[in-house]
Amino acid sequence: MSSITATKALRPIGTAGKLFAFGLDVGRGLFRRPFQTREFIQQAWFIASVTIIPTALVAIPFGAVIALQVGGLIKQFGAQSFTGSASVLAVVREAGPIATSLLIAGAGGSAIAADLGARKIREELDAMMVLGIDPIQRLVVPRVLACMLVAVFLNGLVSVVGVTGGYVFNVVLQDGTPGAYLASFTALAQLPDLWQGMAKALVFGLIAAIVACYKGMNAGGGPKGVGDAVNESVVISFMLLFLVNFIMSAIYLQLVPPKTG
Amino acid sequence: MLLSAVQREKSAMGVEIKVEHLTKSFGKQLIWGDVTLTIPPGEICVMLGPSGTGKSVLLKTLIGLLKPDTGSILIEGTDIASCSEKDLYEIRKLFGVLFQDGAMFGSMNLYDNVAFPLREHTKKSESEIRNIVMEKMDLVGLVGSETKLPGEISGGMRKRAGLARALVLDPEIVLFDEPDSGLDPVRTAFLNQLIIDLNAQIDATFLIVTHDVNTARTVPDNIGLLYHKHLAMFGPREMLLSSEEPVVRQFLNAQRVGPIGMSEEKDADELEAEKGQDLPPLPPIPMQQMPSNGIARRSQQPPGEWCRANGVSPPPGSFMSSNAGLAPGV
Repeated sequence: MSSITATKALRPIGTAGKLFAFGLDVGRGLFRRPFQTREFIQQAWFIASVTIIPTALVAIPFGAVIALQVGGLIKQFGAQSFTGSASVLAVVREAGPIATSLLIAGAGGSAIAADLGARKIREELDAMMVLGIDPIQRLVVPRVLACMLVAVFLNGLVSVVGVTGGYVFNVVLQDGTPGAYLASFTALAQLPDLWQGMAKALVFGLIAAIVACYKGMNAGGGPKGVGDAVNESVVISFMLLFLVNFIMSAIYLQLVPPKTG
Repeated sequence: MLLSAVQREKSAMGVEIKVEHLTKSFGKQLIWGDVTLTIPPGEICVMLGPSGTGKSVLLKTLIGLLKPDTGSILIEGTDIASCSEKDLYEIRKLFGVLFQDGAMFGSMNLYDNVAFPLREHTKKSESEIRNIVMEKMDLVGLVGSETKLPGEISGGMRKRAGLARALVLDPEIVLFDEPDSGLDPVRTAFLNQLIIDLNAQIDATFLIVTHDVNTARTVPDNIGLLYHKHLAMFGPREMLLSSEEPVVRQFLNAQRVGPIGMSEEKDADELEAEKGQDLPPLPPIPMQQMPSNGIARRSQQPPGEWCRANGVSPPPGSFMSSNAGLAPGV
């Protein structure tokens, strides 16, 4: 009896271990040739096409809400001239990667999990292995790389659209001065902020794709299993992405000193 | 040139599969235990068993898609159960597998599906690939459907397309997972004939997993029966068809009287109630199905050979007709 509860309690650890082992397999597959260029380009195009418009639409209110919150707060401190800077900092450092992660995991990851899950239950993956082709090398590696590439570009998109949205909101609705908003851009923000945003997006793309592929390839039990796999992959990657975002932000703040003056 | 001649010679022999003490369970549930059998090179074997006895699991274990708990599967000196992943992918190139629903890649049309293994594993030019693919498509009667997607065709066509893809790399072992499920009797008869003709042509080792008794009675050289978590019997066709073993005779003759019940096994009361009943006599053994050119296959034994060699008298009327003892309509 006690052993049953023990196995049940330990199951999540086993799953985490399998996910990690899968990640290592993908890492090994990265260096195996031939590289599937065609599949990579197709997947990158596919993921971009399902994420670009939602990302842009999410980024506008995201930038606006940050401008709203920061603008109000900063007015109370009497430092209106720094509104632009604070807004840029928030969008580039946090909002960009977070919005990217939501879209990559929610739109891209779910599509990948559903695709691989359907292949799994139709025995296509088995057939591929029997034909002597490793599905990790043939299908997973191109998807992971495509996800990482698209995530970096999406991060750039969110940053630009978010900052523009914040600018429009601040200038048009909050009666901010355009000059002050633009002039304060570089007061607090610095170049490493951009780099860390990109690094985050890269890691988020990697995690979202690996979780989605793992869940898809381990779907079981018919069509319902595919639905479950998609659901689990979105939930797990959201949790992981927010956790990793926190860790990376903490490390970044330790490593890079804030800009003074 | 010399090498290819050597390879041809080798492929003309087929490959032996030696399974020893194989056990597989999912969690605490034992699927089958201590399965030991040798599938002779170049022969056709059928693995029978009631639904849910792990026939498909056995098939997937033989190609290394599932790892057994204990035991070994030796193919050309490599143990599939314990070899490295690299060796496994190498050894799988010997295999052609027909999955239950064909397992065609949904995103490609039939031509690309059949060409896929060639494009991945060989450096052949597109025109050479075209020749091979069209030859295999012709073999399974699918010429004209090359541009269709797997979702647009019937189950039987998907199955035949799956067979074309399984054969495209000239495999030395061909595994069939329920080739007759979901096919009408006419298509099943054609498919069985195709299997026999193929074996005569390429001399590969064939293993068919099925629960169709008519197929089992007429097609194979050897029959195995999985029942109650173990391999009940494995041996030449005539040995099982003339066997008095209750499970074997019940299953091979599709009778209700015997140890197999509606759900796995019958309980003691049901067996007690059957005690007085007389078992119907064993039906005559039918002739083995011949290749369509009428020339016996290399591994085919003359009818009655095993019975004579082992001093077993076959049921009366055996080896007289090719559909003796079969269900009507065959």
